[in-house]
Amino acid sequence: MAPPLSRESISGWKLARPWRCWAPTEAAKLTFVMHLNGLLKGEGSVEVCGLSVEKRNIAAIRNKIGMVFQDSESQLFMPTVLEDVAFGLLNRGMSAAEAGDRARTALNIVGMAAAATKAPYHLSAGEKKRVAIAGILAMDPEILVLDEPTTFLDPPGQRALADLLAHLPQAKILVTHDIPFAHALCNRAVFFQNGSIAAAGPVEEIVTRFGWEFALERSKLNR
Amino acid sequence: MFALLLAAVIAARLPLAGALGRAGIVLPFTAVFAAICWLAGDPVRGIALLLKSYLSALAVLVAVSTTPLPVLIRGLETMGVPRFLLMVAQFLYRYLFVISEEAQHMSKAAASRGATARSLVGGRSRFRAAAGALAVLFARSYGRAEDVHRAMLARGFAGHFRTLGALDFRRSDACFAALASLAPVLLRVAVERAG
Repeated sequence: MAPPLSRESISGWKLARPWRCWAPTEAAKLTFVMHLNGLLKGEGSVEVCGLSVEKRNIAAIRNKIGMVFQDSESQLFMPTVLEDVAFGLLNRGMSAAEAGDRARTALNIVGMAAAATKAPYHLSAGEKKRVAIAGILAMDPEILVLDEPTTFLDPPGQRALADLLAHLPQAKILVTHDIPFAHALCNRAVFFQNGSIAAAGPVEEIVTRFGWEFALERSKLNR
Repeated sequence: MFALLLAAVIAARLPLAGALGRAGIVLPFTAVFAAICWLAGDPVRGIALLLKSYLSALAVLVAVSTTPLPVLIRGLETMGVPRFLLMVAQFLYRYLFVISEEAQHMSKAAASRGATARSLVGGRSRFRAAAGALAVLFARSYGRAEDVHRAMLARGFAGHFRTLGALDFRRSDACFAALASLAPVLLRVAVERAG
């Protein structure tokens, strides 16, 4: 279902921490990111945190890379918030008591400890995103991958999310179209186009080169 | 027995008329068997059948209405119901409201483009619209299922689910179980003694 990525975009791509980037693309951004934890396989090789992405390393890699998908409704699939956050830990083989404790700690980090017994359907979009992040944080990853995290978030929610992400120590990869958000959080940017990398560099340089900060220009024209 | 269940319904703060009406859903089925008993010359048995089925349905209704679904599912699991069925029920419960909300969005979108009940006159166009909506909902649910599966894999899902914790059997549960089983027996004995 995903379009095939060209070979150059994957081979020789080394992830080192701490390192952030964002990738606005017409296609293939989620595809690229899904190669990182083995959800998709392509030609060539991918190495993450020193482990190559193949079947024997998949479980370890999925513990090191935490992926927060765009649609939190599909990411929170358990009946209660606490069960959902503990899902990854239980899959790792942890005991129920310890998984519950770790889940509660993760919920505390994102500020959603009060919602532990609620059903995900009753949460707002921002709260769902926080719980999804808690579910990933509970697994103690080294790299956080967030796919379009600002979708469905209103400006206060975006601000709260930016604050939360800024305080997390893990390396972050942000796949987003939201230029101000990326500006606020990231230092390096990678631009994908037609399935391969079109540009890479500091965020300001990429944005000015392609002229994506049109908000200020437009508002001047309107006046 | 009926008095006991009535008291339970009231204590659970369920709408009385609604609960009594809903429990009557089994009556058409058992009425058939009751009629057969009647025709076979044993009307008492027929009536007893009707009453028993109604009371059982009422008891089940009280149990289901007062227990949150995750607890129910865990209880069923300890009783040995196959995991697969329980998972299906769990996901249905989780996503039923999401899908119904999508359906409402679609009907709002249709209404804002002028699809009133009158404009879609004639069974055929209404049927086509409804069928199209259902098809889209099914496709969306299928896509969502793939998303959920992907999210599960990304968090290390190995193929089987593990639950967070078993239910504890507290003292209050033991008291309730004892009371619930003794009360009908004592009532029955009392009735026999009196009659």
